[in-house]
Amino acid sequence: MAVTQLVGAKIHRREDPRLITGHGHYIDDFTRQGTAYAAFVRSPFAHARIKSIDITDASKAPGVTSVYTARDFKSQLAGTHPAAPAFVAEKKYIPERFPIAEKEVCYQGEIVAAVLAETRGQAVDGANLIQVDYEELPAVMDTEKAMAKGSPLAHEGAADNISWDLTYTGAEVSDAAFKEADVVVKERILQNRLAPIPMEPRGVLAEYETYDKKLTIWMSSQNPHFIRLFVSGAMGLKESQVRVISPDVGGGFGSKISPYPEDYLVPALSRLSERPVKWTETRTESIQNATHGRGQYYDVEVAAKKDGTLLGMRMTQYLDVGAYVGTFSAFQACACLMAGGAYKWKGISARTIGILTNRVPTDPYRGAGRPEATHLVERMVDLVALELKMDPVEIRRKNFIQPKEFPYTQNFGLVIDSGDYEKALEVALKMVGYEDLRKKQAELRKQGRYLGIGFSTWIELCGFGPSAATAPATGGIALVESAQVRVTPTGSVIVYTGTHSHGQGHETTFSQIVADQLGVPYDSVELRHGDTSEGTAFGYGTYGSRSLAVGGVAISMAAGKVIDKGKKLAAHMLEAAEEDVVYESGSFHVKGSPDKAKAFGEVAFASYGMGLPEGMEQGLEAVAYFDPPNLVWPFGTHIAVVEVDAETGAVQLQKYVAVDDCGNIINPMIVDGQIHGGVAQAIGQALYEEVVYDDETGQLKTGTMIDYMVPSMGEIPTLNLDHTITPSPTNDLGVKGIGEAGTIAASAAVINAICDALSPLGIKHVDMPASPDRLWHMMKGAGK
Amino acid sequence: MKHKVATTVNGRRHEHEVEPRLLLVHHLRDNLGLTGTHIGCDTSQCGACTILVDGKAVKSCTMFAVQAEGKSLTTIEGMAKDGQLHPIQQAFWDEHGLQCGYCTPGFIMAAAYLLEQNPNPTEDEIRKGLEGNLCRCTGYVNIIKAVQTAAKTMSTAPARKTTVTAGGN
Repeated sequence: MAVTQLVGAKIHRREDPRLITGHGHYIDDFTRQGTAYAAFVRSPFAHARIKSIDITDASKAPGVTSVYTARDFKSQLAGTHPAAPAFVAEKKYIPERFPIAEKEVCYQGEIVAAVLAETRGQAVDGANLIQVDYEELPAVMDTEKAMAKGSPLAHEGAADNISWDLTYTGAEVSDAAFKEADVVVKERILQNRLAPIPMEPRGVLAEYETYDKKLTIWMSSQNPHFIRLFVSGAMGLKESQVRVISPDVGGGFGSKISPYPEDYLVPALSRLSERPVKWTETRTESIQNATHGRGQYYDVEVAAKKDGTLLGMRMTQYLDVGAYVGTFSAFQACACLMAGGAYKWKGISARTIGILTNRVPTDPYRGAGRPEATHLVERMVDLVALELKMDPVEIRRKNFIQPKEFPYTQNFGLVIDSGDYEKALEVALKMVGYEDLRKKQAELRKQGRYLGIGFSTWIELCGFGPSAATAPATGGIALVESAQVRVTPTGSVIVYTGTHSHGQGHETTFSQIVADQLGVPYDSVELRHGDTSEGTAFGYGTYGSRSLAVGGVAISMAAGKVIDKGKKLAAHMLEAAEEDVVYESGSFHVKGSPDKAKAFGEVAFASYGMGLPEGMEQGLEAVAYFDPPNLVWPFGTHIAVVEVDAETGAVQLQKYVAVDDCGNIINPMIVDGQIHGGVAQAIGQALYEEVVYDDETGQLKTGTMIDYMVPSMGEIPTLNLDHTITPSPTNDLGVKGIGEAGTIAASAAVINAICDALSPLGIKHVDMPASPDRLWHMMKGAGK
Repeated sequence: MKHKVATTVNGRRHEHEVEPRLLLVHHLRDNLGLTGTHIGCDTSQCGACTILVDGKAVKSCTMFAVQAEGKSLTTIEGMAKDGQLHPIQQAFWDEHGLQCGYCTPGFIMAAAYLLEQNPNPTEDEIRKGLEGNLCRCTGYVNIIKAVQTAAKTMSTAPARKTTVTAGGN
């Protein structure tokens, strides 16, 4: 980049004035003239046959205009729920999924009927009057039992409950490593099922214009273009007939990427009723129906030499797919590909098994696969250190991939673009005061107190992604990104991107990039996103920490094309050769003659006039697509310091240090905010959060925020952050992603700290959430 | 059967006929068009719907609209005056105390009440005072900073403080 003024600066977000004054536009703030309100009747059972549905009373209820069951949607919707093959090409079994159940319900919350009424309250009243006669079927709730022969089936008529079973690398890959081993440590590591809980639940408002045959959908989505693709296909409409508008989005964390049944049903209801139809999710509906994350367990073995050299790993991922295969569910298998972490290994054997159960489907949740990989490898490295009585810092230092070894091809053929793992570790050790902490720990141990220090020297892959990797993964569409930069006659700039912020501040950061690159005032740059009828032909959405590293780079490329055209025109205006014209600080001038210049605004205005160079078309705008040559690879070190109360098992998180490296930083304030939030979510997983279903009945026991604990201000400590900067060689901006880093890193740091604290009791491993109850029982049982 | 409810909201008087079961938060959003007050849960955990009722922070999903009869309410839309942000709003902006922004109106209103009660809270008092509001984006770090910054600003410009509770009648 030529001029850097705004990039790297703490620019206050331009999104904020509307959001802090109550003038944001979230989905439930929208309505249309003549709107009917939808309420859905949902299965109270995890698994049941629908024998009959009686809509008589509901149809007569005040305000109810119509009631619909599965049969009514057969003429409206075609096909089955999309499931991207992603990293598991050899899918064995993907159950058919229609947005509304006709004969069989397979999780609690699955839709069986829809009611339309004049008001929200009347729709809910009407839904309560629908009588459904169910015949309950056995529910499959335990992933391990679900794999056994003779297990009840999550879907009637299925051969078994296995959705996929893929061996990435067989035992032979790690055989040699295990033969050399002095020690082998084994562990089963659980990944608790989590509810993403964006503070704004989902919602859909759809208006089908019967005579124009046009459909507009307003919804809370991270991914409006994909929704247009899926919904238009299902409804038999052309993509061009459908417009999806995703306004301000109140958080997503992955749960607003994939299409949901309501995303199809609400538009279909609008077409059926010839009215705009609105549905707003309640929190209980959200916890019951929005895709969950994690919900896995791993069997892992690690082989090492007695000097701490890591040799080999064997791991199997058992992933609770839920009742249907989520659109991007199989992406979570990337935990296998990332299981080696920041270390060098001789061989890793990895297998993933996706298991169907009668729970709501899992799908990517902030980090998706990478938090699981980090947790797994960071736990295992600590277990090896414990076995060998090594300091967890030493074992890490000994096995890190070294700076001079990048680009580094890891065990699964992925090429890690850059890194300096030890540097981040050293900064973090200084910040936390490691030596002193170990002394303090020794003293407290004498007093019967349990202080622990836990490390997570994490890495991730993000910025999805290169077409060669992503097109096969999605079933055809490469997750590249497009951008359009348009300059108006008076020199203001409108930027369109196919990514869509749900709290990340893209309006600010992307404008920083463009203002710098074009040398125009920041306030003259406007960013537009979230509306499929504006700007880019196709947008790929925001997830997988991809917006800056793919979308931001596309924007920068489009701005570059604008400058190129500007140069041609300026050369013509200045009567100079194009190669003699340079562009600096918003002005085109002839090399060596700064006074022979045309300002950006003058050139923009001229581009809409007459007398252009021969062959040049009017206007000043450009489209660019960025197909990244590789993924990007952020990394860092997180250190947690905890004390576990000897009497109660309660964990006090005393200190948290995070040193992260996401390459070049556009806006440090936003980067730190992303880390804060990510770490808080992982602390939630480590200590507090878990979706719990009754093992027998399949009833969701954590269906409200009373039962599902989202950490409050009382639970999250002050987080101390710092950064190292290792620019990515993968893109011209040198940037990586940071949206998921905190979540990827932090659960391992917290749990490692707890294990370290409790090691004098002989406790080696603790599962999540490390609740006082769990720890108290472990401490009570220790040594017995 | 509908009931009449008369309230003063952000200094303006409103009269409506409402169903007795209508929650105050729905009344504000659907009848008064004040959509800055958000709904994030069904069980009064999240605090996104926090407003001031006669100067006191209340989760507006815990009240029926009819219970607001004769009361003076301040919502997030009533915090900025004459194009000037309230110091708490300014502090949330300055300190990056929000990301998706959905919980923010509730936090600002809860913070307004906290600072009215305790103009110089310690970090611990802020944590206790605002633990009834949930945020999923910020990890609370910058929300705490924002409240601390607002406390400082407001202590040097005490006149602004009155705008918080001035519903007007």
